[in-house]
Amino acid sequence: MENFFEQKFGLTEALYQQLLGRALSGGGDFAEIFLQYRIAEQIHLEEGRIKDPTRVISKGAGLRVNAGEKTGYAYSEDLTPEELASAAETSSCIASSARDFKISLGAPATPDRDLYSPETPLIELVLSEKLDLLRRADAAARSYDRRIKEVRVSLLNEISWITVINSSGVFVSDRRPLTRFNVFAVAEDGKSRQMAQKGGGGRIGKEFFRQNTPEFFASEAARIAVVTLDADPAPAGEMDVVLGPGWPGILLHEAVGHGLEADFNRKKSSAFAGMLGQRVASDECTVIDDGTIPRLRGSLNIDDEGTRSERTVLIERGILKAFMQDRLSARLTGAPLTGNGRRESYRHIPLPRMTNTHMLAGQHAPDEILRTVQQGLYAPGFGGGQVDITSGKFVFTTSEAYLIEGGRITRPVRGATLIGNGPDALKRMVAVGSDLQFDEGVGTCGKEGQFVPVGVGMPTVKLARMTVGGTSV
Amino acid sequence: MKIPRCEQLLEIAEEAVRQALRYGSDQADVFLSNEKEVHVLTRNRELEILKQAGSSALGLRVIVDHRSALVSTSDLSLPAVEQLAQQAIEVARQTSEDPHISLPEKDCYRDLPFVERWLDTEGLRVNTERRVSMAREAEQAAFDFDPRIQISEAGTFSSSENIFCYANSHGYSGVFPFSQFSMSANPIAVEDGQMQRDFWYTAAPALSGLRSPAEVGTIAARRAVRRLGARKTATCEVPVVFDPYTAQSLVQEICNALNGAAIYRRASFLRDRLGEPVASREVTIIDDPTLPRGLGSRPFDGEGLLTSPLTLIREGRLTSFLLDSYSARKLGLPATACAVRSSASTPSPGPSNFYLKPGRLTPEDLVSGVQRGLYVTELIGFGVNLVNGDYSRGAVGLWIENGELTYPVHEVTIAGNLSTMLHHIEAVANDIEFLGPIASPSFKISTMTISGT
Repeated sequence: MENFFEQKFGLTEALYQQLLGRALSGGGDFAEIFLQYRIAEQIHLEEGRIKDPTRVISKGAGLRVNAGEKTGYAYSEDLTPEELASAAETSSCIASSARDFKISLGAPATPDRDLYSPETPLIELVLSEKLDLLRRADAAARSYDRRIKEVRVSLLNEISWITVINSSGVFVSDRRPLTRFNVFAVAEDGKSRQMAQKGGGGRIGKEFFRQNTPEFFASEAARIAVVTLDADPAPAGEMDVVLGPGWPGILLHEAVGHGLEADFNRKKSSAFAGMLGQRVASDECTVIDDGTIPRLRGSLNIDDEGTRSERTVLIERGILKAFMQDRLSARLTGAPLTGNGRRESYRHIPLPRMTNTHMLAGQHAPDEILRTVQQGLYAPGFGGGQVDITSGKFVFTTSEAYLIEGGRITRPVRGATLIGNGPDALKRMVAVGSDLQFDEGVGTCGKEGQFVPVGVGMPTVKLARMTVGGTSV
Repeated sequence: MKIPRCEQLLEIAEEAVRQALRYGSDQADVFLSNEKEVHVLTRNRELEILKQAGSSALGLRVIVDHRSALVSTSDLSLPAVEQLAQQAIEVARQTSEDPHISLPEKDCYRDLPFVERWLDTEGLRVNTERRVSMAREAEQAAFDFDPRIQISEAGTFSSSENIFCYANSHGYSGVFPFSQFSMSANPIAVEDGQMQRDFWYTAAPALSGLRSPAEVGTIAARRAVRRLGARKTATCEVPVVFDPYTAQSLVQEICNALNGAAIYRRASFLRDRLGEPVASREVTIIDDPTLPRGLGSRPFDGEGLLTSPLTLIREGRLTSFLLDSYSARKLGLPATACAVRSSASTPSPGPSNFYLKPGRLTPEDLVSGVQRGLYVTELIGFGVNLVNGDYSRGAVGLWIENGELTYPVHEVTIAGNLSTMLHHIEAVANDIEFLGPIASPSFKISTMTISGT
């Protein structure tokens, strides 16, 4: 693995040394080469047909120079010494006090553990095996209920080889598989039309589908679409909300996680800036970002700056303990690295990003939590969410939700949106369930136009008095 | 043709088509893109990021026995393309036959013109110092606007020089060079322990089409400062006025609902509604790929067909969908040359410059006609269900009382159903500004549900 770019493109240690020297010739403090070769495929099934399989091959090198708080960045898709030198030259322009640097490269390394599935990545399997997964899901969704009128299935597989070499002696490589399977179903009866989707995946091989069968994802998508057909409009106003376990952890990701990324705090634009060591949540809340959980979508052997991924306690029993760091923020604020320096590709500058962000299990049984709610909303499924880091405001839309009446889950409702404020929502987390689950592996997080795969996890949680934005006043 | 790079790329695209035919493809087409970008970001008036790079990618679609597959690579060398062409044909053969998969009929094609009017060569030559100073000036203008602007997340200035290139096995090919420029300011206002951010930006195909840095910074600062002291309102049903920025996002949803792919997939609330009234008479929606200053302008579409303006909704009546040749065939409708494409995707229907036609009223007229209501300046979240039109998003704005803008509002949602909302567009203003390929003037919806306390 550590020789991938040497074997495929003839890139040598002598060249890396030269490039880093050139990049620092303007006087920067830090220089880095990020090499990536990625193959990605998409296979879709719609109207019962396999449609337009797509295979995308991309490769490139990103050269970065830091000088104080400044970043110079250039990339090249041409991996010839001439083009790479030119990119190094461009990235060096950010610094303005020329000096000579003696670069000593570290020894090439691979991560000391492998968190990814040891089985063959799906992208390397023969096409027919993969088409079978899509066809099985299509058949299962259609046979679930005669009101299922439209089914779309997609399978996205990729493999990415990366090598990071920097002026601090890091020289490390990784090979990352990633798969995402998704079933989308539309249900229709005479009066109403609803859609739902269910998917999963991670840094897995085909063993994943033995436990998480295509039929499971298909029948879940179909079930939610059919249930929602008879759903009432969502209520509007303030009420208690109980989040189901697993994917609703997206709320934690948006409402809290982004606000704990070090760049926003260094720049003082986060609602959590300056609050380290302070109480930000109830005693029941411990929030962790963990890039080391085997096979999860957000897991990484090393981050995109070559730092070993870690388990970082962000909030411990309600007290804010740490922010998620990339190299630049860690250096500027004197904080230790946490393995959260991530980027979408060689075209992008790394930023502090989440891996698998989750809340530890509490003590309450999930049905005990439900019993404490007289009138409220139970939300086991969410679509997307978004946050304004500065004011802390966030918004989520449910994909599956029910009314809670007299401590019991009753009628389904559709189109419910939750809105709140991150620091405030943490304090409203009044009961934490014992049933921590991670999502099935579908999350993609966007920040400054860069998209990276992430995982989320949460037990059943009760939020006291949240604003629900429906149409039914 | 004056640009050697264009000719060179065109040759590569044509050669890729020849390779596909040579290895047994019935039909093939190629979309090749080339981009050079320069991005400058300043923070608190200091240069923070300088990014410069160029990239190319080629996407080859092969069609064999009404089966298709796409391969894409950033390696434009002949051996790489040849190998991919063979792979693509092998993969395509394993997919399902679909009689609608084909290039547009040969007689739909005309020779593609070489159009340079969306390329500002002069503007692209502006040097790094000038770029940095524009980003800085935008930040400075925000600081100067109000002492409560205490943090600036960024001032940015970006440009890109692009070439789109298309070739197909009917023998048609074309190349389209264009440029894009943008500038933004992202200030944070601070007062009494509350922080509010906002931003503003400007974008155009030519440098001279941008607003000045001072204007961008001032607008951004005004938007941030007026959010200070924001509070929730009570849950109620009232009229809602969308400013051009939020109106644009609603027009984007309408655009998605008019997309031919959503229509044939039965995934749009506007399916089966062709020819019917779907909105109030105030609503006329146009997609115009020929706009002189359009960020989405293009002489030909992603299947190499000549483009022309298209009216999708005329005075409330649904007159057309956005269609590529596949969705047109599936729906039995005439094609509208609205295929969009990247090097990593097959053609699909999409907008060029897509906008709600401005009316005669001023935005002040819209507000002054409202007794109690909400003026929306930002929407967050993804609460739009195109299948049935359900709409619920987080909103930020100003409360309207007796025809005047009063206190700032946040942490509320606005909800309705797109189908009803379109019929309730009561008035459309004259203040359209193209910040991207999709644009809208301010408009007023007669009633929506606000959810707050």
